[in-house]
Amino acid sequence: MSIELGHFALILAFAIAAVSAVGGFAFWRSGQRIALVLSQGAVLQFILVAVAFAALIQAFVSSDFSLLLAANNSHSLKPLIFKISGVWGNHEGSMVLWIFILVAFGAMVATFGRRLPNDLLALVLATQSLLTAAFAGFTIFTSNPFARLIPAPLEGNDLNPVLQDIGLAIHPPLLYAGYVGFSICFSFAIAALVSGRIDQAWARWVRPWTMLSWTFLTLGIAMGSYWAYYELGWGGWWFWDPVENASFMPWLAGTALLHSALVMEKRNALKIWTIFLSIITFSLSLLGTFLVRSGILTSVHTFASDPTRGLVILTLLALVIGGAFALFAFRASTLRQGGLFAPVSREGALILNNLFLATSVGAVLVGTLYPLLLDALAGTTISVGAPFFNLTFGTLMAPLLLVLPFGPLLAWKRADIVGAAQRLIGAAALALFATILISALSGITISLAPLGLLLGFWVAFGAIAELVDRSKLGRIPLAESGRRLIGLPRSAWSTAIAHFGIGITVLGIVATSAWETERVTTLNPGESTELSGYNIAFDSFEAVQGPNYLSDEGRFTVTAPDGSTRQMLADRRTYVASGMPTTEAAIETYGFSQLYLQLGEPLDETHVVRIWHKPYITLIWLGAILMACAGLLSLTDRKLRVGAPRRAKSAPQAAE
Amino acid sequence: MTMPSAIRKQGWSRKQKRLAVIAGLAVVVALATTLVLVALRDQIVFFYSPSDIAAREVAVGTPIRLGGLVKDGSWVRQGQDNSFTVTDGARDIAARYTGILPDLFREGQGVVAEGSLGPDGTFMATNVLAKHDENYIPKEVVDALKASGEWRPE
Repeated sequence: MSIELGHFALILAFAIAAVSAVGGFAFWRSGQRIALVLSQGAVLQFILVAVAFAALIQAFVSSDFSLLLAANNSHSLKPLIFKISGVWGNHEGSMVLWIFILVAFGAMVATFGRRLPNDLLALVLATQSLLTAAFAGFTIFTSNPFARLIPAPLEGNDLNPVLQDIGLAIHPPLLYAGYVGFSICFSFAIAALVSGRIDQAWARWVRPWTMLSWTFLTLGIAMGSYWAYYELGWGGWWFWDPVENASFMPWLAGTALLHSALVMEKRNALKIWTIFLSIITFSLSLLGTFLVRSGILTSVHTFASDPTRGLVILTLLALVIGGAFALFAFRASTLRQGGLFAPVSREGALILNNLFLATSVGAVLVGTLYPLLLDALAGTTISVGAPFFNLTFGTLMAPLLLVLPFGPLLAWKRADIVGAAQRLIGAAALALFATILISALSGITISLAPLGLLLGFWVAFGAIAELVDRSKLGRIPLAESGRRLIGLPRSAWSTAIAHFGIGITVLGIVATSAWETERVTTLNPGESTELSGYNIAFDSFEAVQGPNYLSDEGRFTVTAPDGSTRQMLADRRTYVASGMPTTEAAIETYGFSQLYLQLGEPLDETHVVRIWHKPYITLIWLGAILMACAGLLSLTDRKLRVGAPRRAKSAPQAAE
Repeated sequence: MTMPSAIRKQGWSRKQKRLAVIAGLAVVVALATTLVLVALRDQIVFFYSPSDIAAREVAVGTPIRLGGLVKDGSWVRQGQDNSFTVTDGARDIAARYTGILPDLFREGQGVVAEGSLGPDGTFMATNVLAKHDENYIPKEVVDALKASGEWRPE
């Protein structure tokens, strides 16, 4: 019964969205009444999709296998958390999650946007409704999650074991919140193009939404990377897999948008470019959905391989992106440009940032789509792997990181580059010193590693240098400096923290790439081996029963260089329902470094183990977490609050 | 794009500023294009079936991807050293891999191996990718098998 209710709610949401879209675009000039109707429509869509989503969750939790989706993807023995996350561990359910987040953002705009000009609000909500109608329609007509299965089987087929992990509960919702959040920027861009009106208030509105989506996307990508690292057992944290690139491209474009919207808000310049970036960023999010969901690429993310779905998604994509760019081409020239500045200025630096980010998006896009195009046109199968991306992306990022610390130190309109350089001398000297020290201690010969370290330290210290400079640390009494530091606007803090996070991530990447050690060896219980000063003893190997799997567990005792010992547990599981084996690597964290141990399939009572020592690898994700924290911090800045800047008490908190 | 009053300061006219920005833009875009083209020429990896390798005389040491089925009865394991034969029905090629093979590496199943040909004609794999789950067989392998007429949907 609840399933039919959910199905009905989703269809109703689709109908309301379709009516809102048509009505909104037809009557957006009608002032407050249409804005009010659309706001109520947006909230209603949210409630209805929430009902549909809850119906699915309820069916999964109660193991109602008369629901085809649950029968295919769930199992009564699965732990509760995996029953819930299993709802979106498949094509149909993940589309419902996508729509749910889309309408949640729409409802947020409707709730917190009452102070927006009526016509802008109406157009934004109409565009959101159009997107909801398109994707709800796609879900209802080509991938109905509410299909029944009669007679109902007694037991489900279980979820792909690789997905039975806490990662599935966290990674997709975060990533989707990021992807879909950019739809708000997209809707604002469309609204600006249709109404032909765009000003600083527009940018002040768009920036918090960009910041919020960007924060979610940062966390989502970092979480996905860590999940792949510990679950897939390859020991790598980034594979330049097309699916990873699909999430990385919106992140790069979103980062550019974040910076260009800043220029627009403060200086009323770069309007057309900001509109363009808003459209590009959401288009790349849609492209990501298409690449992942269409079955064009085969990966852990691919659930559907129904070619009609791929075609429908491609058509949707072409309509949304094509329509947006057509509108852009027709209307962009009517937007008025403003805000003059010299090439050496904060604006100039932010343009440079956008230039490098945009070209790197282009490079990643070429590398991701070229094999697909070549396969479709010439029939040649190639793979564009890590070497391509490391060369192109790495080369484009190096100059960006090099100039990054200058940006926040430059003044708006016209800046003094020599003065900025003088204030960065300390950071440069520290970075150089740290790099030389580490290079000397680890005894590396000439390679790219010291250059990478230098860049990482430079960005990290450069970010701190800005805070030091603004608090006049060392030039005035310490207590006074402290007061100044606390009194700095939160936006200054979040800039420094985000840039520091980038430096930290770069350091993690360089350290783990340059000094990773690895050993593959035959090891049996009672024997031990050594890697990078760690002694690893294989204690025992035994069969254990898990909730819905059988497991062979290998227990290891690790003696660290400092003499402390820890237990590690690596296992190989075979899932009862599917008969599928998975390997669960054992990971132990020492400081910022990790020891990663993987157990091979036993043969005639002999075991193969593969052990990695990954120095400072956790810095990669810590840096990303710092960036996300900076995003959240900046959202609490009064100037950036979603909604009216003057209303202090009732200012919305949802964005925080 | 009409700006009535261009602000003139320090000798940089509006035209010059715009030129400087455009020149910078052009330099970076040119750099990126060159990079991408060079990388596409040198850094891409071709996917070959055993028949392709026989037909094309792939040079020793060139990184390639080899795809096909693991031949029945060919997988021999000694400690961490594995040797197996990859077949597409028409041709076979011997492959070697040191390390832990993926969970779903099985004889008679599809496999994609990254690596290069050794001087003796054996494929030295540096990375082996097998199916992620029961329903997944690498698309490249399906295409290669279809091409050689060995494709049998289960």
